Amino acid sequence: MTTPIYEARGIVRSFGAVHALRGANFDVYPGEISALVGDNGAGKSTLVRILAGADQPNEGQILYNGEPIHLSTPTDARRRGIETVFQDLALANHLNPIQNMYLGREVMKPGLLGKLGFMERSLMREQGKAAFEDLGATVRNFTGPVTAMSGGQRQAIAVARAAAWASEVIFFDEPTAALGVVQTKGVMDLIRRIRDKGVAVVLISHSMPQVLDVADRVHVLRHGQRVAVMESSKTNVEELVGAMTGALDGKEAA
Amino acid sequence: MTLTTEDGITSRSAEDAVIRRPLGGRLSDTLKSQAMQIVLVWLGIVVVFSVLSPGAFLDIANFRNTAISMSILAILGVGTTFIIITGGIDLSMGSVLVFSGVMASLVVQGTGDGQGWGAAIAGILAALLSGLVWGLINGFLVAKAKVPPMIVTLGTFVAALGLAQVLTGGIDMRAAPDVLVDSVGFGSLFGVPSLVIIAGVVVIIGIVLLNYTRFGLRTSAVGSNAEACRRVGINVDRQLIKVYAFAGLLAGLAGVLNLSFFRSTTIAGHSLTNLDVIAGVVIGGTSLFGGIGTVFGTLVGLAIPATLRNGFVILGVEPYWQQVVVGAFLVAAVYVDQTRRAANAGGSSGQSLLARVFPRKRKSQEKESKK
Ligand SMILES: Nc1ncnc2c1ncn2[C@@H]1O[C@H](COP(=O)(O)OP(=O)(O)O)[C@@H](O)[C@H]1O
Ligand SMILES: [Mg+2]
Repeated sequence: MTTPIYEARGIVRSFGAVHALRGANFDVYPGEISALVGDNGAGKSTLVRILAGADQPNEGQILYNGEPIHLSTPTDARRRGIETVFQDLALANHLNPIQNMYLGREVMKPGLLGKLGFMERSLMREQGKAAFEDLGATVRNFTGPVTAMSGGQRQAIAVARAAAWASEVIFFDEPTAALGVVQTKGVMDLIRRIRDKGVAVVLISHSMPQVLDVADRVHVLRHGQRVAVMESSKTNVEELVGAMTGALDGKEAA
Repeated sequence: MTLTTEDGITSRSAEDAVIRRPLGGRLSDTLKSQAMQIVLVWLGIVVVFSVLSPGAFLDIANFRNTAISMSILAILGVGTTFIIITGGIDLSMGSVLVFSGVMASLVVQGTGDGQGWGAAIAGILAALLSGLVWGLINGFLVAKAKVPPMIVTLGTFVAALGLAQVLTGGIDMRAAPDVLVDSVGFGSLFGVPSLVIIAGVVVIIGIVLLNYTRFGLRTSAVGSNAEACRRVGINVDRQLIKVYAFAGLLAGLAGVLNLSFFRSTTIAGHSLTNLDVIAGVVIGGTSLFGGIGTVFGTLVGLAIPATLRNGFVILGVEPYWQQVVVGAFLVAAVYVDQTRRAANAGGSSGQSLLARVFPRKRKSQEKESKK
């Protein structure tokens, strides 16, 4: 088998007395869609935050292309083409979709004007629009603040932003939890389109049918440890739920 | 959300049918129209006074006086607008102004005969530096020590005034180079007072900074969602320090202008300046919740109290009424802002005003625990 593009080994993370992760393993292969499932509080979001550089583990190793790396900020991950759509979306509500897309990566004017802090606003607007359309995320209003947009549209903006910058891996933390059926299908289509661009996708979801439908592999997290990795073509909802609830304890596949 | 599927079919959900594009447009329209409404209110006041007392109110000299009295407040208002957009507050600018004026006067006094452009420039630099240092202190305490902005700037409000009094023994200083007083304090260019020109330049710089530069964008972004900024790699602390330093620098500038206009450090004269400025900023539509605000709005928000005061004086109404009316305006402006936010119940809204202005920390903790 090829080396994983991104890998976590023995990640431990405690918040005081709460042991969110107790030696969790995780791996992502280029171009695959994998899913991360587990009960509430299993540690999924914590693991994603650590792999996104937004939180630091107490113990454990992160490998990128087989090389150990250290992430002290989200920028360290993003520099390597790893993007994350967090559960809370992390959009700046009063800014418009384009400003959100370029936030932290503003394109500056060349020369003195750029040094003075002037931005290439029209260039960002055009390229940003193209990036949204490229993914088929039809944002209707590029100039209005995202706070006034619907949950589905905000989700699409956060997804498109991450997709526009991700070149290797993109994490989605429960992207469809707050969405209706039609919107959910839209986000799933977006995810497949991102995979088709060659970017590995990691999806956190509570919907087992959805996970089995879209993912190539499924990682099951329980009490802060990965207890199973399954090929979605060779498993079923009952088996996944069994792993999540502990019926299959001790069958760590990694 | 409309997502075009691979086969080109466009789907739209029921939710979106309700909250469609218009709401996004409506919010920015509301914003624009709020600035417009404020302008209309101001024009209305002007018309009323003009009708009641056409001779005195429409007099050029009278407009000039109103503009001069607004100049210093407008310069402070630009910095305060930026601070309030970050979700912070500044109570210290009146004292920083006084302190900077005192430092300028001390430096002028210390340079030979205290006259000429050499002394003037030394005084100006002393004032700007003083303001900048106070701004940096504010910013550092807010960003790094995580002390709520209201407490930090209340502290520097008291401390800067106290230090100014220590330095002067509590007696106003009057050392100001004549060249400065003549050119800046009472000078004019093509009939426009220098103070008004300087304030105009500062306002334009503020508008450009806020709308066209990365500094301005990140100021709004930090006020909108600081955690989101951290996730995209923005150094939120540094941005906050820069904003408070910028406001401090402007307070220093205001200090030297104040000195050259009054030929006095006016130690006792700025205890309520912070309230005047904050009222102007808020009446002008800048949200105390952070994220939204305009420098132009602040200008109009300051013009309303100034015009009222002026008009009441001319009409012989007791000028104290102005304070009553401005107070009502202030509460109305915050009410409108709060209603507007409730209507757009997105993201981090729904917090009480106090929670937002006070503990900056609580918000990010709340965000964490929501995950
Ligand atoms: N910032 C935090 N502070 C304290 N406890 C936390 C924090 N983040 C997560 N936890 C705890 O860690 C555990 C795992 O949480 P999380 O990773 O969010 O689980 P999941 O996403 O699988 O539902 C939970 O018990 C949660 O309460
Ligand atoms: Mg979670």
